[in-house]
Parts: sequence; C-alpha cells; structure tokens
Amino acid sequence: MHNQSITQLIAGLRNGDYSSVELTRYFLDRIERLDPGLNSYITVDAEGALAQAGIADQMLRQGNGSPLSGVPIAHKDIFCTQGVRTSCGSRMLDNFIAPYDATVVSRFKEAGAVMLGKTNMDEFAMGSSNETSFYGPVHNPWDRARVPGGSSGGSAAAVAARLCAGATGTDTGGSIRQPAALCGITGLKPTYGRVSRYGMIAFASSLDQAGPMARSAEEVALMLQVMAGADPRDSTCAEESPPDYAASLGQDIAGLRIGLPKEFFGEGLDSGVAASLEAAMAQFRALGAEVVEISLPNNHLSVPAYYVVAPAECSSNLARFDGVRFGHRCHAPQNLEDLYKRSRAEGFGKEVKRRILIGTYALSAGYYDAYYLKAQRIRQLIAADFRRAFEQVDIIASPATPGTAFAIGEKIDDPVTMYLSDIYTIAVNLAGLPGMSIPVGLANSLPVGLQLIGNYFDEGRLLSAAHRFQQATDWHLAAPADID
Amino acid sequence: MQWETVIGLEIHAQLATKSKIFSGASTAFGAEPNTQACAVDLGLPGVLPVLNGEAVTMAVKFGAAIEAEIGLRSVFARKNYFYPDLPKGYQISQYESPIVGMGQVEILLEDGSSKRIGVTRAHLEEDAGKSLHEDFHGQTGIDLNRAGTPLLEIVSEPDMRSAKEAVAYARRIHQIVRYLGICDGNMQEGSFRCDANVSVRPMGQEELGTRAELKNLNSFRFLERAINHEVERQIDLIESGGKVVQETRLYDANKDETRSMRSKEEANDYRYFPDPDLLPVELDEAFIAAIIADLPEMPDTKRHRFIVSYGLSAPDAEALTAGRALADYYEAVVASSGDAKLAANWVMVELGGALNRVGMDILDSPVKAESLGNLVARIKDDSISGKIAKQVFEAMWAGEGDADTIIESRGLKQITDSGAIEAVVDEVLTANPQQVENYRTADATKQPKMLGFFVGQVMKKSQGKANPQQVNDLLLSKLSL
Repeated sequence: MHNQSITQLIAGLRNGDYSSVELTRYFLDRIERLDPGLNSYITVDAEGALAQAGIADQMLRQGNGSPLSGVPIAHKDIFCTQGVRTSCGSRMLDNFIAPYDATVVSRFKEAGAVMLGKTNMDEFAMGSSNETSFYGPVHNPWDRARVPGGSSGGSAAAVAARLCAGATGTDTGGSIRQPAALCGITGLKPTYGRVSRYGMIAFASSLDQAGPMARSAEEVALMLQVMAGADPRDSTCAEESPPDYAASLGQDIAGLRIGLPKEFFGEGLDSGVAASLEAAMAQFRALGAEVVEISLPNNHLSVPAYYVVAPAECSSNLARFDGVRFGHRCHAPQNLEDLYKRSRAEGFGKEVKRRILIGTYALSAGYYDAYYLKAQRIRQLIAADFRRAFEQVDIIASPATPGTAFAIGEKIDDPVTMYLSDIYTIAVNLAGLPGMSIPVGLANSLPVGLQLIGNYFDEGRLLSAAHRFQQATDWHLAAPADID
Repeated sequence: MQWETVIGLEIHAQLATKSKIFSGASTAFGAEPNTQACAVDLGLPGVLPVLNGEAVTMAVKFGAAIEAEIGLRSVFARKNYFYPDLPKGYQISQYESPIVGMGQVEILLEDGSSKRIGVTRAHLEEDAGKSLHEDFHGQTGIDLNRAGTPLLEIVSEPDMRSAKEAVAYARRIHQIVRYLGICDGNMQEGSFRCDANVSVRPMGQEELGTRAELKNLNSFRFLERAINHEVERQIDLIESGGKVVQETRLYDANKDETRSMRSKEEANDYRYFPDPDLLPVELDEAFIAAIIADLPEMPDTKRHRFIVSYGLSAPDAEALTAGRALADYYEAVVASSGDAKLAANWVMVELGGALNRVGMDILDSPVKAESLGNLVARIKDDSISGKIAKQVFEAMWAGEGDADTIIESRGLKQITDSGAIEAVVDEVLTANPQQVENYRTADATKQPKMLGFFVGQVMKKSQGKANPQQVNDLLLSKLSL
C-alpha cells in the first residue's frame, strides 16, 4: 500500500478499497517501526491524524470528497499548525504551539488531506544536510550513514521511505531540490509568489518559497494545485490564478528546447552524477526534445550573493525570538539584556548564530552598500542571465547537486564546502524562478537528481517535461532497501 | 555674544484609520491591555504584514495639503533594534523613499508677519507597543494594543528660530491634520507627539551648531518650555567653555528640565533595509489628482479668504480658522447676520468665552450658529444694543429660546423713537438741575466724563433699551443750550 502513488491512493479511497483511517493507521505503524532509524519526523500527531482521517472517511462516504480527501501527508515543521507544536527544528521553538494554521496547512486541510505529523529540518531551514536540527540529524533512507540533504531533509526522507504519501517543503537556496535529489524523489520549488508564505516561519523572506515533495511529477502537480494561489495575507503572493497542473501534465514535449548551462557541467561535478545526467538528456532527446548549450555567466556569483542576502534578511527575521512573548526564555533573567543574550544564546544553534552574525554585519552602517546593495545588484545580473536564456530555450536542465548524498559529519564543520552543495540551486531562488529536481539514476548506489528550471509561473511546463520523462523511465519508482 | 537658535521638529501623527497599518486589529484607544493585538501585531512566527490602503490615502492627503511632492513609488524599510515593546525586533518604516517629499507650511509670527517653514518629508510607519513600569513589582508589563498603529512622521527643515516659532509650526501641522480628519490630534493620548532638534550658533554663523533631540513633549506648552530651557542650557554650556554633545534628552515636565537619555555613541545602528515582505507602494497620478480635488479648504487658504472677503484682521482670521468646525460656525453666523466683523467679535469673545469657561467644543455649543447670527442681526438693525445683547445671549445659552423670542418676552427691544427718548432725557435733566448747571459751567475737557452721568441716568430709566447713540446726541444738544 505504501508504494501506491497519491493518484492511486485517491482512487483506492474512493473505491472503498481501504478507508482513510486504515491508511492513516498503516502509515503511523510504518513511522513507529521505521522512523527511529531515520528521525524524519519531529512530531507525529497520531490522534489528530486519525481524527482527520475519520472525517475524511465520512465525507467520502457521503460523496463529498475533496481533491486529497483521506490522503496522509506530512508538513515540514516550518509551517505553523494550530494546536500542534511548530519547532522549526530549533530549541528556540521547542515549546511553541501556534494559535493559527499557515495558509499552506489550511489549504491541505480544506483539500481533505490528513496530516501525520511535522517533519525534521535544519534549524530555521539553515543547512544543507539536516544536521543543524535541534532534534538530531535525519538519516538518508538509501544509506543511513548519509545525510538526506536539507533543509527539507525530513520531508525528503519521509517520502523516500514511504512514511507519508507526500510532504511539504520550503526552499530558500535549494532546500526542496537538494534533499529531493539526495533522497531520489521529486520536489518542486515554485516561482516566488506562487504559494503563500503566510504562516511559514521566515528565513529569508525574498527567497523563501513553499513547494511539494513526492515521488512523481504527477503527485507533485496534485499537491501544487492545492498549495498555489493568491492569499490576501501575503502581499508578495501572486494574484494570478494557477492553471490546471494536472491538465498540463499531458502536454507533449516534442520540440521542447532544453538548455544546458555550460557553467554547470564543469569542475566539481561528480562523474557518476554527470553520467546519469547525460543518460537523462539522451532520454529527453529520444522523447523529441531539443537539447542546446546555453550560458549563465554570472552563476559563480550566486553563492556569495546568497550568503549576503539570506543572512541579512534572517538577522532581521529572527530578531522576534527574544524570549519576551514566545519561544525559549532563559532561566531567571537578571535584566533585559541578560534576557535577550541568554535566551538567544541558548535557543539558537551554531549555524543560525553564524548567519545572524553575518547578516547583522552585512547590514551595518558603512557595510550596507558594499554587501547588501551589491548582492542585490548581483541578483539583477543573475535574473538577466536567465531572461536571456529563456529567449533561446523553454526550460533549463542542470545537476541539482554536485554529488550524491554525503556522509553525516563529513561537511558540518566546513561551512563553505557545505554552502557549495547548493551551487546549482541558489541562482534559481535569487532570480525567483521555479525549479524542480527529479530522480534520473543512481551513482554509487545513491540517487542522482536532475534540476529543471522554468520561466516565471511556468511550473506547468516543468511538470509536463518531468512527467513525460517519468512515463518513459522508472527512476522515480526506485525505492531504498530496508523500508518494508 | 548674540546667539541664534535653530529648531527642527519631528512630529508623529497617529493616523485615524479604523484598523492598524499592517493588520486588521482595531486602533481604538483605551482598551484593556493586549486585547487589540492580533497575531500580526504580536509578531508571531510566520505572520506577514499587509498594508492598509487607508493609511496611504491619509498620507497623500497630508502631502497634498502642504503642497509636497508625493512619492509615486515609496518603499517600506525595516528599522532594526531590540526593545520589549517592539514585537518583531524591527519597526516597519520608510527610509530612503518616503511617501511625502519636500513641502511647506506658513506660520504667523507675533509681529503679524508670516514665515514659510519647510517640511523635509513625511513617511508612514508603525507605532510600537507600550512598556508599563508600574504595578508589576519591579517587573515590566508590555501592552501591544498600540503596536502597529499607523503613524505619519513629519520632519521639518531646521527653519525655526525660537520656541514660539516651533510652537506656531507644531500648531499649524496639528491644525492641518485635524482639518484633513487624518489625526485626532490628542496630545495627552499620544496621538500627536513632537520631538524637537535644538541647536544654537553665534548670530551670523552659517554652520549649524551641535543639536540635541528633545523627547516627551506632550503639550504645546511643554514644547515651548523645553526648547527655552534647552537653548538656555546650551548657551550656558558654551559660554562657560563647554561643548554641546549630540544626544537625545528627555523633558521632565515635573522638574521642568531636560536630562540626557542617550548619546550619539550609544545610538543604535538601525541597519535599515527594504522590507522584503511588502511591495513598494506605487501610486498613479490619477489617484493623487483625485485626492487633491477632494481636499477640504486648508487653513492658509481659508485664513486669506477670511481676511479678503470678511475684512478681518490677520490675528482674527487666524483665530477663527483655528479649526474647521469653528470656521464653519463663524461663516454660518456671518450668513445669517450679514455683518462679518460683528459676527467675528461675537463668535470669538462672547461665544468663545462661554465655551472656554465650561471647556466645551464648538460642535457642542448650546447656541447654534443660526441663533447667534440672528442675535447679531438684531444688534446690526438696532433692535438691541450690544449691552442688552449680552443679556439675550446669556438667556440663549441657558436655553430660553432664540434671540427674537427672548427680546420680545423680556421687552428688551431698543427704543429708537426719538420722541420717547427725548421725553426720558427731559425728565432726567429736569430732575438734576444742579448737575446740569455744573456741566454747563465746567471746563470742556471735563464735560465728556460728566456727560456719562446723564447717559447712565437715561439708560437706567429706559432699562437699557434706549439707543445709546441717540441718547448721546440728544443730551449733547440739550446741555449745550
């Protein structure tokens, strides 16, 4: 049952092959059995999930089913959920229970989905390996000594290990695509503004975007349909109504022009990964697509620009965690300064502190122009690169990550090397474009992800390309061993 | 040495929107602590601000009223600092691109001349909450009801040269925001707050002296006193060989002094940057034009019109245009009485005095404009004298009816029949032969004073109803015989 796709589960529930309560219990059992070795969930809400499943069953019996009625999913622990702890992977919010639902959460509720629990993540989404979580690292289901990627590592591992049918993630510099690639699943970061950020705890507001993670493009399309659309609570959310993504899956890709940025295939790319990507491009050609080389000459500036903009915004976004109104407060503060210093020193982990310090520095008087303003100009250059590229091609294909999943502990003490694991994904966030990662092979017995980048609001085209590929191949069906 | 004072003001006007600038919570004053603070105002994790369009409209109205450049594209920025009543750890404000650019207002100086004061900019921002230091046994309470209330921060040029000018400017801004209906102007409740940047320099020197910023000036009186004190302090300091340091000073009204709050070195680095949660505010010319077309007549225009069309003096015009309601009231009195000057006196002196005595607003006056106009008309057409009119006004104030009814029922109509007046005059002259004799033989310089006795007697006999001018004329002609 756990290998069934969301589409199959929807049909099974509607046919009465099983009830949502049965399905939910089944997944809860799997979580109880398998998750201790993976640590992909921070919080499992069995009681809440079964109650939602009961309601879904009732609705289905009455013929009042919603698009995802009864389908068990998980939310990254960055989305506020009313009544269920939202920790954001941090000690700071270990005691935080939001009094409201994020827009993404309420939309899944309205669509009838059942929330099994909240998935593990890098603290405040700052990390590329899920090792910065206050709740301990997540283990990659393909090799438990390896990282699942991050920051949406818990969601990626839970989907890969079939501990939920699909999960939400967020992506600020690659946090959906990189773990999707390292865990062999399909993950989509929509265009900035496609999905509401309301209720999603902010890391870097101008880059953060929520998106779906599942095994296939078809499932991702179903989930995106639920998530996307205008929200009066988020001024940066696009007004335009989303198209019918399921319908766009059927688009033919014959004649589709795919650009390969030459800068993305040079030094630093693992040879096994390169071989898988080459095979994938051959597959796309066989499906009628035309593959051409393009150039994104400013991509090398994206990591440094990102590590100014994202920390700058985070240094301000995380100022609200001051021990005054919610979250961690130090024991017996002596005065205001002591309250601030100890609450934040105790509540935040090392990587979060590092980024707050970098960001505070970058915004300081006398440094603002040299860092923040310059980084904003680089964003313009990067966006211009993509604009020119999309005059030549319909979508862009690249590696999602330089290599396959690395070992837990391998990069955690070397932040710069860690930061470089997002070298292919960061530019997409800086430009605000949609990007996704799909599994296209195995190298060293570990999944390889292909990144597809689309033009603004062109998620439909990305999904159709991914879907056609997945109809012709079965890499997306490959499952890790030891998950039964 | 001769010193010149230089003052610039920063005024925070709370905008009279129903809901907050970035959330749907109410802005009403005086509710129980923390009952008007929603998730957005509390800065809960994950919440986002959404701009209240009404605040934008109000800011544009202000910009239009002071003939300022309106920013077609203004940007919200975050001002970062930690404080317990600042929930997000930053205040959303405007920094590089404010919604209102350079404008100006006119103030009236004591010598009757006027002066233009430049307004550098006005920008939108959110207010913080309040820290409550009492009743918490050594701890501090936080009330976030005010957090997120829209403010318009109005920054002047350093154009003022005395505390009096600063007060005149602050009053002018106060008057404008009240005319526009965008701020209730209540200084006690903090809806209208002034900070003053004060410096001194040797007369004739171009370069500005080091300034101190004065805070906590919650009345016009305190504004004036605090500035005067600060100027004195700075001059004393410099003349005794000291140096003014750039700092923020708090005015203590009880001790009537300012004291240092923080120096420039201790000042925060606010790390301003554009708020990524909010889009730039883009306005089109048509939107601005519609607001300009819809503006009420502003105080400057009204004042000039009152001077020209009603022949009022500048100070009278200034007084009568202090508020829109008062100006409207005055114009209604003019319309129903037909005498602008008499109407001005009655509105300012009699009505103004009566309202002041009971601390009442013009809008609540028991004597409506039409009734007062009617009373003024009776003075104008000589039905009653000014003196009798005061009696009639008192009765009107007490709710005894309109002027005509009171004049009628109390038999106060002025006697203008010259025969009737002459009879009373003759009666008085006959009854006081000695005084008549004294008058006739007195020195011409003393006669006017002596005439008063006869006028008084006649008025007394006629119960004040005889037309004073006629009485005067008749007495003069009869006594000179």
